[in-house]
Amino acid sequence: MGEEMTEATGGIDFEDEDASGVIKKFMFVNRKAPYGTIYALEALEVVLISAAFDQDVSLAFLDDGVYQLVKGQHTKAIDVKNFSPTYRALEGYDIEKLYVEKESLEQRGLTEADLLVDVEVMSSADIAKMMAEQDVVISF
Amino acid sequence: MATIDVNGKNYETDEEGYLLNLGEWNEEVGAYLAVEEKVEMTPSHWEVVNFLREYYNDYQIAPAIRVLTKAIGKKLGPEKGNSKYLYELFPYGPAKQACKIAGLPKPTGCI
Repeated sequence: MGEEMTEATGGIDFEDEDASGVIKKFMFVNRKAPYGTIYALEALEVVLISAAFDQDVSLAFLDDGVYQLVKGQHTKAIDVKNFSPTYRALEGYDIEKLYVEKESLEQRGLTEADLLVDVEVMSSADIAKMMAEQDVVISF
Repeated sequence: MATIDVNGKNYETDEEGYLLNLGEWNEEVGAYLAVEEKVEMTPSHWEVVNFLREYYNDYQIAPAIRVLTKAIGKKLGPEKGNSKYLYELFPYGPAKQACKIAGLPKPTGCI
């Protein structure tokens, strides 16, 4: 029975209580503009998938990453899908910790009102502190 | 890439039979895909399919099953927002089958 389980789950033994019960803190760090590279979209996909594993997931938006959350994105002219509405679906996936760096917003002339989802705007120092508390930080 | 022929018109699908161009979808295409999935469509089935299309329109993704059940429960009531109800309608996986019939891509995180 135990061996069957291992095979069916790709070598991961979900019956091991110690391994499955631990909730880790994951932070996904978004630093790049939404279009031009695949990073932002890939990060979003990973975040959506991570929601299935009941971990403590948060997202941080820094540098040009803050543009990912800006309202009113029109992508027709560059012929790519506007995936920004998907950030509004995160709440339904129980991913509600979205942190945006204050300095990055200010440098780009943006405020919280320009963003399409509810976020927590934090100073660079506070985000650094938050990062230090994570078990896993994945940067895109 | 593959194509399906519905009433003399060709529609492109991926290798798993998901419609490539969401905008081409209509109820006839949905009905055709349902036959392929061996699902006999009733008003309850269409309700879920239409719900999925609205969800996609709002968020640009096909929801994971857990998210779908929760969202349906909120909109159509708890007697419909549970996996038992949805699996009765779409026995081979509501997210997968209903998304295919709705012309949506395969849900992200669907394992």
